[in-house]
Amino acid sequence: MKLPDKNGRFGKFGGRFVPETVIPALLELEKAYLSAKKDKKFQKELNYYLCEYAGRPSPLYFAQRLTKTIGGAKIYLKREDLLHTGAHKINNTLGQVMLARKMGKKRIIAETGAGQHGVATATVASMFGLECEVFMGTDDIHRQSLNVFKMKLLGTKVTPVTSGSKTLKDATNQAIRDWVTNVGTTHYVIGSVVGPHPYPMMVRDFQTVIGKETRKQILRIEKKLPNYIVACVGGGSNSIGIFYPFIPDQKVSLIGVEAAGFGIKTGKHAVTLGKGTIGALHGSMSYLLQDNNGQIKIAHSISAGLDYPGVGPEHSFLKKTGRAEYYSITDKEALEGFKLLCRTEGIIPALESAHAIAYVKKLAPKLKKNEIIIICLSGRGDKDANTVAEALGVKL
Amino acid sequence: MKRIEQVFFNLVKTNKTAFIPFITAGDPTIDTTRKLVFAFEEAGADIIELGIPFSDPLADGHTIQQASERALKNGVSLRNVIELVSDIREKSSVPIVLMGYYNPIFKYGVSNFVRDSIKAGVDGIIVPDLPPEEAMPIYDETKNSSLAVIFLAAPTSTDDRIKLIGRMTKGFIYYVSLTGVTGARGMLPRTIKRNVSRIKSLTSKPVSVGFGISTPQQAKEVASYADGVIVGSAIVKLIEQNLNKPDPLDKVTAYVKQMVNATKEEN
Repeated sequence: MKLPDKNGRFGKFGGRFVPETVIPALLELEKAYLSAKKDKKFQKELNYYLCEYAGRPSPLYFAQRLTKTIGGAKIYLKREDLLHTGAHKINNTLGQVMLARKMGKKRIIAETGAGQHGVATATVASMFGLECEVFMGTDDIHRQSLNVFKMKLLGTKVTPVTSGSKTLKDATNQAIRDWVTNVGTTHYVIGSVVGPHPYPMMVRDFQTVIGKETRKQILRIEKKLPNYIVACVGGGSNSIGIFYPFIPDQKVSLIGVEAAGFGIKTGKHAVTLGKGTIGALHGSMSYLLQDNNGQIKIAHSISAGLDYPGVGPEHSFLKKTGRAEYYSITDKEALEGFKLLCRTEGIIPALESAHAIAYVKKLAPKLKKNEIIIICLSGRGDKDANTVAEALGVKL
Repeated sequence: MKRIEQVFFNLVKTNKTAFIPFITAGDPTIDTTRKLVFAFEEAGADIIELGIPFSDPLADGHTIQQASERALKNGVSLRNVIELVSDIREKSSVPIVLMGYYNPIFKYGVSNFVRDSIKAGVDGIIVPDLPPEEAMPIYDETKNSSLAVIFLAAPTSTDDRIKLIGRMTKGFIYYVSLTGVTGARGMLPRTIKRNVSRIKSLTSKPVSVGFGISTPQQAKEVASYADGVIVGSAIVKLIEQNLNKPDPLDKVTAYVKQMVNATKEEN
């Protein structure tokens, strides 16, 4: 059976845990999305922008020196970092903003953590001439000042969020509050496979282009499917995007890498699937970092894009069914992964993606030389230059 | 007859409207909340709503977010709120409705929550992020019990959804006066009266209106067509402003008294 079901459930995960005010808008969005999905003209237009504007298809690159340096399995990189705006986020924002136009919405809002989704939303809103406002926690504004400046250049209003964690969690709360207020005129572009139904399904579908291309590319290059696919998981959109077309291929291991921050034992981490428990946050039932009283905990990661105490409901489902496995990488290990890719391949990865690289550094040596690992290189690292410099004790 | 139903039954007979104040439980302390409940009852409140503090109150504006943060800082949990009701019940039978987000209730365990709430003497529960489609577990658990699950209707709710909400809700329908979060507003939307009469034409349950109401004039206006008037942020704001003053309860209670009078004025 295709998931989610008509109630937006992936098994017991998902659903629509939001105020009544936005339920009619969610039903309308679901209807509009399902109709656009079947609409050849819409799909053709989306494909046009994905190719001519965003730069798809993205290459599947054999990382020869990285493979040689780590030793073991062959490592390929799916180069989402080469897309316009520097990450996979644009796949989703193009789809959602086009859908918003189709629904006659004049205003776009979004939440952002690392700022990649904010920039991607601001970019597409500018291209289509729509008003755009992005909510961002003040901690993230500080560590991602470059992306804040970019959004402003693109004509977007960046609204600082000072409540709670001052990061992605509270930026999302504030975006939902705005949507509840302006639901008639505004479309809320959620940046990951989280939120109430139909978002987890819709964002997944828009990101599935990553996996579809990867499948074709690896079959063309290697004449066989990979043994492992490894991707980082915050909310989980790049990972679902690359995993999804491979889910029926039972021999392909799907591995999600969460952020262990200062280390799981310190309690300062974002290992939602590995250490969380089930609950409802931001509109869906999924694993969460929460205390015994059901209060949401503050996550920690050096990477703003993974610094989130929730996770997409479909990942919770994939974990529960065992189809995907989830591991975690600390801030320190991610920094090593970051440096490793810089020095071996001349590619500066996003700190998010560096978590996947760091995990592969542990995995590849255990595998045979004819085995294949594909890493989803979800974004590029320019935005992280300040954070990395600070972590390495370098003054810019 | 259950306490909430009794309230509306009695008010209908005299053609009066219920006044329902909201405060966040444990803001700033459980002891303050207990005193306020007694004071509000004394002032003539018909039903009292107690907010369950939550870390991510996404249907609330700044004022109630802050109240939630103050309560959480003092370590107030859902368990404490239920215990508070149990404590209040030793002296008072004023109807008490809890209002809180789903996650703390889910974490507590829906059936444990229902059992403990009934035992403590809670009359109803409002969960703003639990639309009818997701509410089956708590709906089934409260069937044939004294705990009313009160559903919310919004300006955006279609007729079909209002009928569904009307069928499922117990005690009353909570009509959210505006598209937005909680918080006092200078002007209320003109659509309230029309939507309340739309709801009344589609269901037979009493309709209480909340969100945005803060002045006696607004309360009087809404009371002329609704069965209940709910005021939260304006009261919570007064608590916040009087935190460090002597006799902070007096100012808050005086305001509630004023709002009760406005609601009960002859129209």
